[in-house]
Amino acid sequence: MINRISAISFNTFREAVRDRVLYNLIFFALLLVAAALLFGQISIGIERIVLINLGLTAVSIFGIVIAIFIGIGLVSKEMDKRTLYTVLARPVRRWEFILGKFFGLVGTLVVNTIFMAIGFFAALLYLVHHFQRSDTYLLVAIYFIVLQFVIVTAVALLFSSFSSPLLSAVFAFALYIIGTFAEDLRAFAALAHGPAGWIPTAAAYLVPNFSALNVISSVAHGESVARTLIAYNTGYALLYAAAATSAAALIFEHRNLK
Amino acid sequence: MAAIETFALGKTYLAGFLRKRPKIALKPLTLTVPEGEVFGYLGPNGAGKTTTLKLLMGLVFPSGGSAKILGRDWRDPAVRVNIGFLPEQPYFYDYLTASELLDYYAQLSGLAASQRRRRIGEMLARVGLPEAGHTQLRKFSKGMLQRVGIAQAIIHDPKLIFLDEPMSGLDPIGRREVRDLIQSLKDEGKTVFFSTHILSDAEALCDRVAVLHKGELRGIGVVQDLLARFSGNVEIIWDGAAALPALQALGCECHPTGETIRAVLAQDQLDAAIDAIRRAHGRLMSITPVRASLEDYFLEKLNDTPVEVAR
Amino acid sequence: MPTTIDLMNHRTAITVTLATVMTVCLASAVVLLRRIDGMRSGATLEEVLYIPSPKILKRMSLGYNGLLADVYWTRAVQYFGAKHRAHAMQYQLLAPLLEVTTELDPHLIVAYQFGSTFLAQKPPEGAGRPDKAVALVERGIQANPNRWQLYYELGFLEYMERHDPAAAARAFERGSQVPGAHQFLRVLAAAMAQQAGQIATARMLWTTTYETTEDKMIRFNALKHLRALRVDEDVPRLEEVAAEFKRRNGRPASGWAELISAGLLRGIPVDPLGRPYKLLPDGRVEVADPDSLPFINQGLLPGKKPESLVVEKKS
Repeated sequence: MINRISAISFNTFREAVRDRVLYNLIFFALLLVAAALLFGQISIGIERIVLINLGLTAVSIFGIVIAIFIGIGLVSKEMDKRTLYTVLARPVRRWEFILGKFFGLVGTLVVNTIFMAIGFFAALLYLVHHFQRSDTYLLVAIYFIVLQFVIVTAVALLFSSFSSPLLSAVFAFALYIIGTFAEDLRAFAALAHGPAGWIPTAAAYLVPNFSALNVISSVAHGESVARTLIAYNTGYALLYAAAATSAAALIFEHRNLK
Repeated sequence: MAAIETFALGKTYLAGFLRKRPKIALKPLTLTVPEGEVFGYLGPNGAGKTTTLKLLMGLVFPSGGSAKILGRDWRDPAVRVNIGFLPEQPYFYDYLTASELLDYYAQLSGLAASQRRRRIGEMLARVGLPEAGHTQLRKFSKGMLQRVGIAQAIIHDPKLIFLDEPMSGLDPIGRREVRDLIQSLKDEGKTVFFSTHILSDAEALCDRVAVLHKGELRGIGVVQDLLARFSGNVEIIWDGAAALPALQALGCECHPTGETIRAVLAQDQLDAAIDAIRRAHGRLMSITPVRASLEDYFLEKLNDTPVEVAR
Repeated sequence: MPTTIDLMNHRTAITVTLATVMTVCLASAVVLLRRIDGMRSGATLEEVLYIPSPKILKRMSLGYNGLLADVYWTRAVQYFGAKHRAHAMQYQLLAPLLEVTTELDPHLIVAYQFGSTFLAQKPPEGAGRPDKAVALVERGIQANPNRWQLYYELGFLEYMERHDPAAAARAFERGSQVPGAHQFLRVLAAAMAQQAGQIATARMLWTTTYETTEDKMIRFNALKHLRALRVDEDVPRLEEVAAEFKRRNGRPASGWAELISAGLLRGIPVDPLGRPYKLLPDGRVEVADPDSLPFINQGLLPGKKPESLVVEKKS
């Protein structure tokens, strides 16, 4: 089981790293980090803040784009091209396939993020010449970004298990945007009472919550991140991703392949 | 033990967008393929051959019935250790090299690393691609992909191999090689179940064939027996239209072309026919025995509606 | 060798396991989310604007600034609503949220109207920042010089919250010159200029509001103010009656009944909500439930501050 899952994961990773689009996206992200350096120079006193805000936002947005664009094809592409036939005709269980795909893309994103983070820290070092103690919270911010990727991957995988790539992309992006405003959504739902409030409340809790995972602007100001928040966010992201991946496996388990 | 047994295995899809209508892809199918047999699954395109294979591979779920593969429930993942499958017009991860692809599949089938290395080289040589191991599949021709497809189906040394249209997309040499390969698999004692719409391939390779049409099994039998039922006819060609009424009276089909007439009739009527031609002073041109082919059987099965099973 | 039945069970087992994992994980995630919300709502997020600069935001909205303004307006309303329910005394984010909203869509009149009301009223009814409210409406007037409602709002604020009848009169005057302006603006301007009786003027203003607005919330607010004005008129009058009784009889009245039998009152006086006023032994008059009558200055328990200085006490 582990062997099969890791074989599928590795193949997914290999597919991603052999795709030129990935390098273009990473290149653009690093370009944006470099642009942040220039942008910081033309403003006064906030070079560091601008670099952190723009740099980490670039890492996050490009990662999300990669997660969604690869994620939506994870299952549907193999189904369309019928490469799935030769995989599932082997002693591979369908949920193993889903899990392998999930880990493969998460692995890809982690490696990407490491590269982008190295670029970002290099730019930061170039700008400020030495790191501060509070810069460890930048690592926390990057870690939270990776947690966002984990959720987005699972969500994209879920959509990919029953929908066409284009629709999946639209759904996943929409859910990402909604998830960014999830806290407002919950506050809004809390205003409605009685049965009329249950549906919005349930919806507000079902959408992934990305707002608590975005601490870029606060770490840019050198603020710390509470340990409990790190723990809760980790737990939340992993649990949500597990739920979405199980749902994907559940749907996939009962699908007739075209 | 039978390699494949199906019991009323059937599939009905719901087709249509708003008003779903049932579309029968495969009527309840019951057949048995013993171990060690090369079994041809014949039928025109859209007959339900691929549906049958997808049902057996667990890629789609049946609307009814069940199956056993190598004595076990066909849905048991463990059974797939001993199954190889080549889909129709296979497409593989084109970012991989042939070796990487085979390694991936061998891993999924549970082969150990050392075994994999050895088998990959062997399989590539066996399908005639010994040099292509380090080439990315995107640079492969259709014929080469078909060969890689066969290699992946047998990389893990399965007992039962399903091939969906294995000869399609191949040039005559390639077809010849695939035929030889299937023959060698049979010699190794493997069971090969392959679907095709090319009858000469089936005729040359198969122990038994089944004919499928519109999702329904129209006939099944040993190839030699099927052919025997169609032998015994002769084709006779002569000059002289005067003999025509007499031969038509014998009940044979006549195709006149000017003065030259061609007719096909049963062996036992040949003497009577020659006598009739002589009496009418016709000039005999040729008498040729008609070679029976699977095609005749096939066409007959496509035309008649009742299901006939001859074992 | 597994039989068909076993395998059916196996498949069902996978389905059940996956469904269970999904449900349990989702439920746990929601529990964690509630904890995260608990940690963040009061502290970090609520008080932090996503993008505090309206100008940057406008560029980032890619032309969808109308929509984004609506989003921010909704955020402002939610923020105010949530804080209001919690009886908050500070509304730090309200002004910036409104600024972002009106910067994104300068023609969103409701944002100026409601927004300035939220900003101006004393906590917990509002942010208690009439200065910011006036600035907001002034910006609104600049962007929409032909909307008389904004001048009305400005005059209203100047008089009610900043107690500056002269400024109010100027605002109403400016508004009355806008084509299509409500004719009452001229009356109001005149009233302001005259510095007529404060309660009467206030009542005139609130009545105008009550009659001209179609919005339930503003209408209800006006109603509350009108009720408060009545209490503020009633209480001194009733106290006057009680004092009159004491002058005549040399002792305070024991209750309303005595005042009625003395012919000073026709019946038991009730507040605008229909609840009887309380007559205290020392001759003061109180409302039965001060919390249900916000904005009153009279009839409050000793030591309890008036919630809002709607009308300056006559000195």
